[in-house]
Amino acid sequence: MMKSADVASTNGTEPATPKKGAKTAGVVATWADDRLGLAKATKGMSLRKVFPDHWSFMLGEIALWSFVVLLLTGVFLTLFFDPSMAEVQYNGSYDPLRGVHMSRAMASTLEISFDVRGGLLMRQMHHWAAMIFIAAMMIHLLRVYLTGAFRKPREINWIIGCTLLLLGTIEGFTGYSLPDDLLSGTGVRAADGFMKASPVIGTYMSFFLFGGEFPGDQIIPRFYAIHILLIPGILLALITFHLILVVYHKHTQWPGPGKTEENVVGPPLMPIYMAKAGGFFFIVFGMTALLGGLFTLNPVWKFGPYDPSKVTAGSQPDWYMGWPDGLLRIIPPWETHIWGVTFSWNIILPILVMPPLMLTVLIVLPFIESWITGDKREHHLLQRPRNAPTRTAVMAALITFYGLSWAAGGNDIIAIKMHLSINQITYFLRGAVIIGPILAFIITRRWCISLQRHDEGKLLHGYETGVIVRSPDGGYAEKHLPISEAAAYTLTARDREEVYSSNGAADEAGVAAPGGKKAEIANKVRGKLSELMYADNVQKPTAEELHDAQHHADHELHELENQIASGPNQHGPTSDH
Amino acid sequence: MTDSHDSIEPADSHGHGELVPDEPIANPGLPAHEPRPTDVDPAKEKRAEIQVAVLFALSGICSVLFVVSYFTFDVGDNWHVVGGLGASTVALGSTLAGALLFVGVGITHWARKLMGDHEIVEMRHPAYSEESDRQRALEDIKVGFEETGIARRPLIVFSGVGALGLLGLPAVVYLRDLGTLPGDKLEHTIWGQGGRKITIVEDGEEKEITVPKMRISRDAIGTPILASDLEIGDLVNAQPEVLFNPTRYYMEHADVEGAELQTHKSKASLILLRMEPGDIKPGKGREDWDVNGIVAYSKICTHVGCPISLNERTTHHLLCPCHQSTFDMADSGRVIFGPAGRPLPQLPIEVDEQGYLVAQSDFTEPVGPSYWERDYERDRFAEGD
Amino acid sequence: MRLLNRSAGRLSRHRRGPIAGLVVLLLGLLMTGGLYAVFAPAQADSTDSQEELVKDGRELFLVGCAFCHGQNGEGVLTQDGTQYGPALTDVGAAAVDFQVGTGRMPMATPGSQAPRKEVVYTDAEIAALSAYVASLGTGPAIPDAELYDPDTLSSEEYDEYVVRGGQIFLANCTACHNFEGSGGAMPRGGYAPKIRGVDPKHIYEAMLTGPQSMDTFSDGNIPPDDKKAVIAYLNTLEEQPSYGGFTLGGLGPVSEGMIAWFVGMGGMLAFAIWGASHTTRTSRKKDGADA
Repeated sequence: MMKSADVASTNGTEPATPKKGAKTAGVVATWADDRLGLAKATKGMSLRKVFPDHWSFMLGEIALWSFVVLLLTGVFLTLFFDPSMAEVQYNGSYDPLRGVHMSRAMASTLEISFDVRGGLLMRQMHHWAAMIFIAAMMIHLLRVYLTGAFRKPREINWIIGCTLLLLGTIEGFTGYSLPDDLLSGTGVRAADGFMKASPVIGTYMSFFLFGGEFPGDQIIPRFYAIHILLIPGILLALITFHLILVVYHKHTQWPGPGKTEENVVGPPLMPIYMAKAGGFFFIVFGMTALLGGLFTLNPVWKFGPYDPSKVTAGSQPDWYMGWPDGLLRIIPPWETHIWGVTFSWNIILPILVMPPLMLTVLIVLPFIESWITGDKREHHLLQRPRNAPTRTAVMAALITFYGLSWAAGGNDIIAIKMHLSINQITYFLRGAVIIGPILAFIITRRWCISLQRHDEGKLLHGYETGVIVRSPDGGYAEKHLPISEAAAYTLTARDREEVYSSNGAADEAGVAAPGGKKAEIANKVRGKLSELMYADNVQKPTAEELHDAQHHADHELHELENQIASGPNQHGPTSDH
Repeated sequence: MTDSHDSIEPADSHGHGELVPDEPIANPGLPAHEPRPTDVDPAKEKRAEIQVAVLFALSGICSVLFVVSYFTFDVGDNWHVVGGLGASTVALGSTLAGALLFVGVGITHWARKLMGDHEIVEMRHPAYSEESDRQRALEDIKVGFEETGIARRPLIVFSGVGALGLLGLPAVVYLRDLGTLPGDKLEHTIWGQGGRKITIVEDGEEKEITVPKMRISRDAIGTPILASDLEIGDLVNAQPEVLFNPTRYYMEHADVEGAELQTHKSKASLILLRMEPGDIKPGKGREDWDVNGIVAYSKICTHVGCPISLNERTTHHLLCPCHQSTFDMADSGRVIFGPAGRPLPQLPIEVDEQGYLVAQSDFTEPVGPSYWERDYERDRFAEGD
Repeated sequence: MRLLNRSAGRLSRHRRGPIAGLVVLLLGLLMTGGLYAVFAPAQADSTDSQEELVKDGRELFLVGCAFCHGQNGEGVLTQDGTQYGPALTDVGAAAVDFQVGTGRMPMATPGSQAPRKEVVYTDAEIAALSAYVASLGTGPAIPDAELYDPDTLSSEEYDEYVVRGGQIFLANCTACHNFEGSGGAMPRGGYAPKIRGVDPKHIYEAMLTGPQSMDTFSDGNIPPDDKKAVIAYLNTLEEQPSYGGFTLGGLGPVSEGMIAWFVGMGGMLAFAIWGASHTTRTSRKKDGADA
């Protein structure tokens, strides 16, 4: 590895000779190493490990640090929160609820909000951090998917990431339910409805979870155990494993001069990355504190304690549960009564089928892609979304579906804020969730391909200078200049793609592919999908094509300039050439 | 040219002039390191250093202000207010945010301006292990398996798998006491407690009496409702009177408190509407279920169980705020819009001798969201109950 | 700091001696009697001034209201039989006072729901209109302050009313009007309006008369005292500080999610982009070093 003196020498006035602090550090390090052999460990993970720098690599970090903020603020809340559903008469500081009967969970939430200094801030920070935790995971997932960072060898980390998203959502929902206010109770009531709709075991699931009939007095303590112990434990373990794998695989990087599939280029862990990541922790923590201090989140005192007979307009789950809630709003009233039992499709489809299906689709996407492409190589250079048009289009379709379902979850708010009719919004969205993703797929795919064409144009003909020249015979043309070598290299630093030919495979072997009919069909499907995936893409030019094009462009430019030089218009914009 | 030259192994072995036949442009290699102003100009460097120190100092000031705010601003039943906002929350939040953000920004600024910014190159290694390691591990596994003799002893394998499988039973059975069994609990509500026959002991004598029919009470207020009190257009959110006055129905207070109360409310909550009697289109067999244009329906949505009471007086359409199922209250609670699959259950009502509204019986079908065992054929299970 | 003040949590303006409450009560009772004498519609021997009021009201009615509601408030039907303007024969003075007093009437354009807007009539004109419509038939009279004004309560009473009112509010009102009175959506483009910043009298009248598509909460449904409790609670909601910072319109989780994404994620992304961006470079070399 690089000697530290090398860096220090470029570090301006700071001399490389260790100062007193460094000496002390040395003593401490020696003391620790004598007992723990820490220096040996840095052979496995060097302190000068490289982490490439790019803003999009910080998205996962937002999630990570939000999780840390959640642990910190959560521990504070546990010191005051009482997860009990025993009924008490509220006698705290908040006048408008004094004397009202409520659970101890709700009473202690009010106590945190009104009688513990900074308690309300902590509650709000915890809740904001939860919303941001999941938002950041989702954005991080999109980044990883759209840049192809999920490819070998990172598929396992992709699966862990998807699992984290699911667990984070469940963790969020259980947390949302704990205060036992009207909003959280309404959410739990809906969850009870979801469970009861589950075929065969539904009613039993509900009775076992609630310790009897809804709502009972068990659900809050049980959710509490799940919320502060079970899921955080799993989250912590999975996040650790996720990070170990990031270290082991080394971070992906964007292609560019000097960057290859075999190396990783960037600042070292110690000190740059440590400083930036450490600094970013404080920034995430600070932003959360700012949100917590400035914006009211879940004013439980206004909702009052949960009462199954009360409800408020604008009863929504937190944003990450919004999309299944939206599907629940736009599903037609389908229920089947047959053989003495009830199939509640109006719950089964949006809640018990769609979210698990969406998660499964996410998890298998990398495997489907590698099956279609047959690409079993390791990939460490990222792809621009435009260079994988079909992949990008698939995500655009999924996101469109997600977004429209999400909008459906706020249809009542949309209705009052935009003066629309909820009925019409609902009818529109019923169609849009099906047509929207298809349109998004087609548009995104074509869009990506035309961006590829644009890139090809820049490579072959140079960039548009914006300089218009007029030739003596009256024609106008825009002058193109070649792009820099670095830029040109970056544009070409991607793989050539080949459409998989199902016939080709059979021909190569001389006989039909082994495996009989089934394999043949699979092969055909793969061929078709590969065509969809690659056939329309623009491939980078070969060296010869590039050479020809550049030669041609030079020639044209030269000719143009000659014409101008010999023509009457000597004062054209290019006269300084 | 590049500073990476002095770094580690021949990182840039790939590329650098040599043209892979298919590649249009050779990898030009890492560009030369360009210094930052702070690298070459001591004045700029000093300025950056001061900037970082100022940021850290600001953080310190915020921390102090946080402590000051903590002890200055009251919470409890008499908050300090600043600009209409709770002073404590806003002050603690902003000072904490300042204390944290200034540190974060300071460190980042330090890293960007002053710490060495040379990019270094590290070689990757494929994720898989060395072939020799792989062979050794496989060999170990093979030897280990052979020593167990697993392949030669199917009896052990099968009995072992069976035993482990059966261990799942205790695991599942152990959860049995998580809750009671559903039984027919979902089919009954506390409305059925009115008009039931019970045996009481009075003066040492057993006698059978009939509990009064369940009066309908105003929710939250708790008073029973005289039919003559309601005007056309009124909507009353109602509850069975037993929740407020259990002794009248020969029930204990403990039966309608805490979790019990919540459970009863989750099924018994009621919507009363008084409309023009002519507007009502009574369902078959429901001709005498209303009193003078007053109809009663379950308040619990048949979709996932939200309480619903968003009524449009002019159309008698009742909307659920959770998922917008809309029911026609003049037409047996029929679903006219939204995801709910069944009409709202209607409660047959009448008036008692004093003119108070009472339930004729329990609901004639299970209220609330659907569940698997819900048998459509038995919807009138409580007839005459 | 001028901005800084003690919260209205205890509602200092309600903190007055019990005698004050009694005085107000007596005054209220006296006024009730007086006002009743003035406005009671069924009063056969109405005074001259009452007759005059009705006469003024009729004139105003013919100019401003009769086009939709008919010359004698009998209502106007459209060609296909739907109502153009409903009959006002039995709506009572309270309905007129509410509709005109909140600017809902006269409507700017015919539509399914009249929005709250600038009031066009003066208080005297509204009183005249109310008197005229009340003279057409039955219907609730304009309530007097004793019925709806929470200021008439003593401090102890007030606290008790607020708690009770909150529970009644959550049981009867929040389903449509939302937990902060921010309003909500109703079927087919209808909406329950925002009820913050509304005159207590108008809230009381709205409950009593059920304007537009709202249900009525007649005195037999929610007794007057409980209506007053609801108003007291709404009063507290408006007067209490927002303990946790800005309230985001009081719309619940939807607006909170927007803040999480746009402010939270947006802010953090901005920091991320700044942190990872390239710093300024220079072509200058360090004096006499490196090379």
